Amino acid sequence: MILLPCAWCGLRDAAEFQHVGEIVARPDPRTATPARWRAYLYLRANRCGWTAETWYHRMGCRRFVKVERHTETNEVRPVSGGAPGAVG
Amino acid sequence: MKASYDVVIVGGGVHGLAAAYYLAANHGITDVAVLDKGYLGSGGSGRNTAILRSNYLTPEGVRFYDRSIKLYQRLAAELDFNVMFSQRGHLTLAHSDASLRTMRWRAEVNKIEGVDSEVIGPAEIKRLVPFLDVSPAARYPVLGALWHPPGGIIRHDAVVWGYARAAAGLGVHLHQNTEVTGIDVVGGQVRGVRTSQGDIATRVVLNATAGWCSLISDMAGVAMPVQTFPLQAAVTEPVKPFLSTVIVSGTLHVYVSQTDRGELVFGASVDPFTSYSMRGSLEFIEGLAGHVLELMPALTKVRVLRQWAGLCDMTPDFSPIMGRTPVDGFLTDVGWGTYGFKAGPVSGEAMAECIASGRTPEIIAAFGLDRFAEGALVGEKGAAAVGH
Repeated sequence: MILLPCAWCGLRDAAEFQHVGEIVARPDPRTATPARWRAYLYLRANRCGWTAETWYHRMGCRRFVKVERHTETNEVRPVSGGAPGAVG
Repeated sequence: MKASYDVVIVGGGVHGLAAAYYLAANHGITDVAVLDKGYLGSGGSGRNTAILRSNYLTPEGVRFYDRSIKLYQRLAAELDFNVMFSQRGHLTLAHSDASLRTMRWRAEVNKIEGVDSEVIGPAEIKRLVPFLDVSPAARYPVLGALWHPPGGIIRHDAVVWGYARAAAGLGVHLHQNTEVTGIDVVGGQVRGVRTSQGDIATRVVLNATAGWCSLISDMAGVAMPVQTFPLQAAVTEPVKPFLSTVIVSGTLHVYVSQTDRGELVFGASVDPFTSYSMRGSLEFIEGLAGHVLELMPALTKVRVLRQWAGLCDMTPDFSPIMGRTPVDGFLTDVGWGTYGFKAGPVSGEAMAECIASGRTPEIIAAFGLDRFAEGALVGEKGAAAVGH
């Protein structure tokens, strides 16, 4: 079982969460070109190693959490500032 | 290993080996190296559930996979290697009005493209698979199914070995335990590949590495719309033959077939989060067993022998990324997600033509990397997401 550190609920079973994905900076919709916007929608780093990502505590507090996960070993470590307002 | 090759193919699975074989057999290009960081067929080619079908949703997808089935049908004769292709028929179950509607849509697209595919009702399903629970009392009652007689199963390792032997016989070099560590690009043109066994000069590199494809593309500076997810599968002890078709249930996230040895092979949808880990999970096998028993309650005493995982390179539209990239000489045959094995022959044939002619063949024209920048996606989720 993989445990994820929820900033509000503590360590919880990863099955309670929905994986939202790696954190990608959202371009300003007023100035982004279509190419820039589609890059934001589709392109991912897909790293094999430590990745900062967002999870949604769907069956818990229903808030978004930032964590760092090693995508090859699935080790997880909390992110500083992973709590309030952390919507990826 | 030579210091230079005309073409270097990264990835010694069915896609890379088929591309090497068709380069040599169809185009006379034999100065080709296939590199694999493990052994041949150690990735998705040896980890899939060996199901073949062509009943996709988009006309582009149907035409493409239908060509693959036709190549598979004569593969044993062409390679002189028994690949044990059994066209036993493929059933995709519908448990809701919505999925029945999608299946009718798929059946009509399939028929227009000349692919044998039709929607059948519970009575006909029961006749084909007597052990299946089609009663209205089931938790997810079976309302109908998409019946696809040309679909079936094949010996996936034999496909890999057959292509490898035939390619090697035509002069292709196969290098196992050779990991690519870098790709040299000068002025927007590929010049060479760095590997754990030494450097190779080349002007053409084909990336055929499935779950690891974005790591290889990164080396050439080509960004990919790909996320890598594990997909788990399991196999039971052998039992008497009782299941003569492939059964897929999208609602229950499971597909089942019985091998020639009598083992039941189960597959599922991808894991719920991205990872390069190939460890199995208890959550998976618990869920899978439950779903299989909802379909066939008689299997309660059957024991699971083992479970495993493979890596799937998922794209946003569930279609592959094939052809040329902004870097000259760097081509991709990736984005194969959960449906790469069944596309091996046609992909190899098309990529070989693409490399030999320098033009993108019509059959893969819709699958270019540039479609994401243009928003011209080829949505196959309705037919590819779980059903295999």
